[in-house]
Amino acid sequence: MASRLMQGDEACAEGAIAAGCRFFAAYPITPATDIAEVLARRLPQVGGKFIQMEDEIASMAAIIGASVGGAKAMTATSGPGFSLMQENIGYAAMAEIPCVVVNVQRAGPSTGLPTNPSQGDMMQARWGTHGDHPIIVLSPSSVGEIFNLTVRAFNLAEKYRTPVILLMDAMIGHMREKVELPPPEKIEIVKRVSTSVPPEWYKAYENTPSDVPPMISFGEGYRYHITGLFHDERGFPTQRLDEIDPWIARVFRKIEHNLRDILIYETDQVEDAEVVVIAYGATARSARHAVKQARELGYRVGFLRLSTIWPFPEGKVGEVAERIHRVIVPEMNLGQLALEVERVVGRRKVIRVCKANGEMIAPREILDAIGRG
Amino acid sequence: MVVKKQERESLVHERYLRHQKKFPHVWCAGCGIGIVMGAIVRAVDAVGLSNDEVAMISGIGCSGRMPVYVDFNTMHTTHGRALAFATGLKMVRPEMKVIVVMGDGDALAIGGNHFIHAARRNIGLTAIIINNSIYGMTGGQYSPTTPTHAYASTAPYGNIEQPFPICQLAEAAGAAFVARSTVYHARELSRFIAQAIQKEGFSVVEAVSYCHTTYGRINRLGSAVEMMRRLKDNGISQQAYDKLPEGEQSGKIVRGVLVDRDIPEYTQLYDQIIAQAQQTVAA
Repeated sequence: MASRLMQGDEACAEGAIAAGCRFFAAYPITPATDIAEVLARRLPQVGGKFIQMEDEIASMAAIIGASVGGAKAMTATSGPGFSLMQENIGYAAMAEIPCVVVNVQRAGPSTGLPTNPSQGDMMQARWGTHGDHPIIVLSPSSVGEIFNLTVRAFNLAEKYRTPVILLMDAMIGHMREKVELPPPEKIEIVKRVSTSVPPEWYKAYENTPSDVPPMISFGEGYRYHITGLFHDERGFPTQRLDEIDPWIARVFRKIEHNLRDILIYETDQVEDAEVVVIAYGATARSARHAVKQARELGYRVGFLRLSTIWPFPEGKVGEVAERIHRVIVPEMNLGQLALEVERVVGRRKVIRVCKANGEMIAPREILDAIGRG
Repeated sequence: MVVKKQERESLVHERYLRHQKKFPHVWCAGCGIGIVMGAIVRAVDAVGLSNDEVAMISGIGCSGRMPVYVDFNTMHTTHGRALAFATGLKMVRPEMKVIVVMGDGDALAIGGNHFIHAARRNIGLTAIIINNSIYGMTGGQYSPTTPTHAYASTAPYGNIEQPFPICQLAEAAGAAFVARSTVYHARELSRFIAQAIQKEGFSVVEAVSYCHTTYGRINRLGSAVEMMRRLKDNGISQQAYDKLPEGEQSGKIVRGVLVDRDIPEYTQLYDQIIAQAQQTVAA
């Protein structure tokens, strides 16, 4: 294992390359620009391609186009750019085009606080584009995890033919930390499902047993149609309910039936806990510290750290909450994850430790909430 | 084997259109978009391209529906963004001929930024802009090419904005090839499209069309036939246009290849970047 000092954004860029990303399009924006700068240099070295587009709308469009051409593709941005990308994220969900969208969150709304961290886009990552659609959102909390989850984001995108959002924040994006990079042969790489049926049999949106239809790139002799309209199994626009309803059911099923593969989380000392802290992203670092301190003070506190935040791991949260009285949810927003936790834990008390002013939540603040009982 | 012209035409349709189940198309009877589609498939045939090596990408609007009918690799994207999607595809599949079909609102209003930047990069895409001076599909709102003073459903007192000169815009932004024809001059249009497809670099063909259903009705310009006749009468060459006295130039449509210049193409330049980067790593 190679250990080195690495910045979070750089780990994301290197994770992308390790995952097989060979196309990246983006528009400069703090605190995500470093990802673009690393990939502008690194991608051509491995035969990949980088392009700086005219805006984030175009960046999102370009990675979809590249993915249709067969490349693993990614873009990276922050709040304002993420808002601009929403329509085309919906297109990727509708047309089932694998791609990875990195959002290095900064405090908002609007231009907000460009160099200060936030977790304010947690709900936007789920519901930002119009209409109902499934999506996968991962949120790392260390530089090492950024590398691993970037690889995972590509694997999930390719495996389930879906956009995957990697929700980082300015804190971990700009932070430098020692990381142990896995050797290339130890990194699991997933490729999208293909098929060898003759072109005339190929249906780009076929209802397959796995719910994920094989995807063939443009230019491979399998000519088909891709659209943002509701479409039939061959991709042609339809308004027939007997074609629309099965499509909706299938795209949700392909995520819901694979939660075991998609949901990533970590628990610590929840077995005997009376109180559990649930956190993700940079906030999880403070939460872990607070839980350790509280244990030293004799509180029976457990910790649940989420790496997958959408689909929301409601089974795990419900299970952890079953034996306890209180849940503490620290977040750099005014209570977005807390809404989901409240939905799942029933009448148990959910205590929010919230801040949306660009400041990190300190372990002390979480410890206070634990102590307040 | 000698194939009669008429038979050859039908072969072109057999070969390049998705004839099963996809017709009739969505366009109004008398619309010019079908003529542009015909011009494109004839151009593809004339250049001798196989269906597999062509991609057609569109945005939203009446023109956006064209890719459904042609048997290429086809993609109907979001409003105004077709060129950005096409840029990603062309980057990873530089060997493909990527034809981007847009309307005037699609290419120049919501997609105006992508249009000038695709031209500036000189990436090897063929942009075909079907200019009917109106938003047709949404019912006749004024577009970036609606003439000043013309009426539209959102310009009930007349349009106070200036129209974009598409070809000059493309030239100023850096396109390698720019041509204009009309849907009346269908053969010429097809020839220009064939030239555009073969050009290395960003090529633009403005296909001047009309919308008798919305624009024609609100501006009392008559039927599709009458609007077509106006294209015939007003579409003239650059030389003929230059000879006209100043007072008579207004309302004329200059047809012809307006720009044809050799500028390094983007994906080819990027290949050099890759070679350079790999050399650096090796050293």
